[in-house]
Amino acid sequence: MATYQNIFTRVQVRGPIHAVPLPFGSSPRLGNGSFNHLLGRIGEAQIGPIYLGATGIASLVFGFFAIEIIGFNMLASVNWSPIQFVRQLPWLALEPPAPSYGLHIPPLAEGGWWIMAGFFLTLSILLWWARMYRRAVALGLGTHTPWAFASAIWLYLVLGFIRPLLMGHWSEAVPFGIFPHLDWTAAFSLRYGNLFYNPFHMLSITFLYGSAVLFAMHGATVLATSRFGAEREVEQIIDRGTAFERGALLWRWCMGFNATAESIHRWAWWFAVLVPLTGGIGILLTGTVVDNWFLWGVKHGFAPHYPPVNHSVDPALTYGGPK
Amino acid sequence: MSFGLKVAGALTVVAGVFVASHFTHPPIISIQRGYRGVGDVVLYQAADLEHLRAANRAPAPEPAQDPAGQPASKVYQNVKVLGNVDANEFLRLMAAITNWVSPQQGCTYCHSQENLAYDTSYAKIVARRMLQMTEHINKDWQNHVGITGVTCYTCHRGLPVPTNVWFNAPAPAPHAVGGFAEANQGKNLVSKVAVDSSLPYDPLTTFLEQSNEIRVQSTQALPGADNVSIKGADWTYALMMSMSAGLGVNCNYCHNTRAFRDWDQSPPTRVSAWYGIRLVRDLNNNYLDPLKTVFPANRLGPLGDSPKVQCATCHKGVYKPLFGVSMVKDYPEIGANGPVDLSAPIGSVGDFTAKP
Repeated sequence: MATYQNIFTRVQVRGPIHAVPLPFGSSPRLGNGSFNHLLGRIGEAQIGPIYLGATGIASLVFGFFAIEIIGFNMLASVNWSPIQFVRQLPWLALEPPAPSYGLHIPPLAEGGWWIMAGFFLTLSILLWWARMYRRAVALGLGTHTPWAFASAIWLYLVLGFIRPLLMGHWSEAVPFGIFPHLDWTAAFSLRYGNLFYNPFHMLSITFLYGSAVLFAMHGATVLATSRFGAEREVEQIIDRGTAFERGALLWRWCMGFNATAESIHRWAWWFAVLVPLTGGIGILLTGTVVDNWFLWGVKHGFAPHYPPVNHSVDPALTYGGPK
Repeated sequence: MSFGLKVAGALTVVAGVFVASHFTHPPIISIQRGYRGVGDVVLYQAADLEHLRAANRAPAPEPAQDPAGQPASKVYQNVKVLGNVDANEFLRLMAAITNWVSPQQGCTYCHSQENLAYDTSYAKIVARRMLQMTEHINKDWQNHVGITGVTCYTCHRGLPVPTNVWFNAPAPAPHAVGGFAEANQGKNLVSKVAVDSSLPYDPLTTFLEQSNEIRVQSTQALPGADNVSIKGADWTYALMMSMSAGLGVNCNYCHNTRAFRDWDQSPPTRVSAWYGIRLVRDLNNNYLDPLKTVFPANRLGPLGDSPKVQCATCHKGVYKPLFGVSMVKDYPEIGANGPVDLSAPIGSVGDFTAKP
């Protein structure tokens, strides 16, 4: 019998290719499916057969457009040199239009490509969401996963569309690039007076770290109690005295955490969904409702005051000229 | 041994080499500079500090001389800037400058072998201006250099062209492509000056030659008149990274990072730095840029501009150049009260030669 008393996955299930029958009217699946040993080391070993369908294909096509626009502009920025493209890829980016364009459509070279890439990427993501929703329904699943994905899409739309719209400037949006979007994050916090004083940023971080902790706690608990049958966790939702309940009681007595085999999954789902949900609210309020989060924290009495060690005076007050 | 174990072993070795070669290792020295418990500390790696101390040691002063009793202009020909300096002190200073600026090349880096008074080299013309600049810094910029002052050695460190000088950066070749592709954004390429980030690659022209507004953070809690864009913050960020690297310190050497803009919470070093930025602008615009007509083409940048200074040109990765050791106290003639003639014309090559 398989045991789970190990930190690595020990079991790979091999059998006939498993595929749930498709409901009437679905497109056919592609390929016959196969097994991959290395994939099986970390999870499900079976790959395919793959279902794409109309929304999946449309999503991939529009996503391809977006990636091409971003990629070729990056390639142009290193003078079409494939070597430099590979070497500098993390530094390269497609930048949103300059502030002077407001919400107008700029020429292609001045941010027009950015708007186009954003449009196609958004279309692609929304189509993938539709595909995810329809797949869930078609296979008889609940729609928890698409709604969780919608939460991430909310944050994406706030960053690249809704907030720039409210601010009246495309230039407020995030560039498409690996390091540049991280620089944007830092510059955003610097410009708007330290995002750590934004309560919704605090909530988002709480849920993010909370998700990680819940994930680790849940995984460890189920594996540790599997010797008593806790891997059948969903069945154990409606019974008392189960292996899973032992795990639940352990956490209750050691740290007061209250969950059942059912509620632990709701805890995890809500924690994960609330990360981008609260984060998106925090971003949306920045610049539109609050311009300096630290000063806002002082105004509302939650940014603590420390005894002054230094008292510097702004030299620009007496010196004049640009600051 | 199974295949998986071998792969895991190989990956561990690669990861280990990466960690050992890329990460700072203990012991770390932590120096508290503000209120306790709020992270207001400067961190140094002990080994790194040792290396920095060795690389930033002030040379011993030249032996003192008895004064000659008459100024250099009475004894030597064609002394334009240092004419009021005592003749013996003048010679001592010349010996020192040779050690500071051209120890390999010797006197002839600036002077004619035939007659030291001749103006045959551009380097001598530049040197006159640099002496005036040094005096100007020590006299008029004490809010940055204090009484520690600067000498030629602060920047030159035994090299005719100091390290960490900079030029206006041309648009990188790539964007010459033009057409429909995205135009040059001034960023999103490897920015050497901003510590290899993708931030703007030439913030120095914008802030240390031109006088653009550096402050980007809004001054009030709610939206008001502060309309700097996030893109603008990128430029300031790049400048600040160049300062951070130039001084070998973190942001919190000058700022309380929870409220970057707030002067009341900032260490006094931020005031020094503020004057430092104005000092560098003054030098670049009034002393270095105008020399582009004196420098030969091979000393100029790709856009034909003079080499310019930034924080790192003097600081060389140290919070105070040479760890705060004052060299100018041994050479008072170029100090705050020195007799250097700040307004003397510096002449030009060929002005004073054997053939009148």
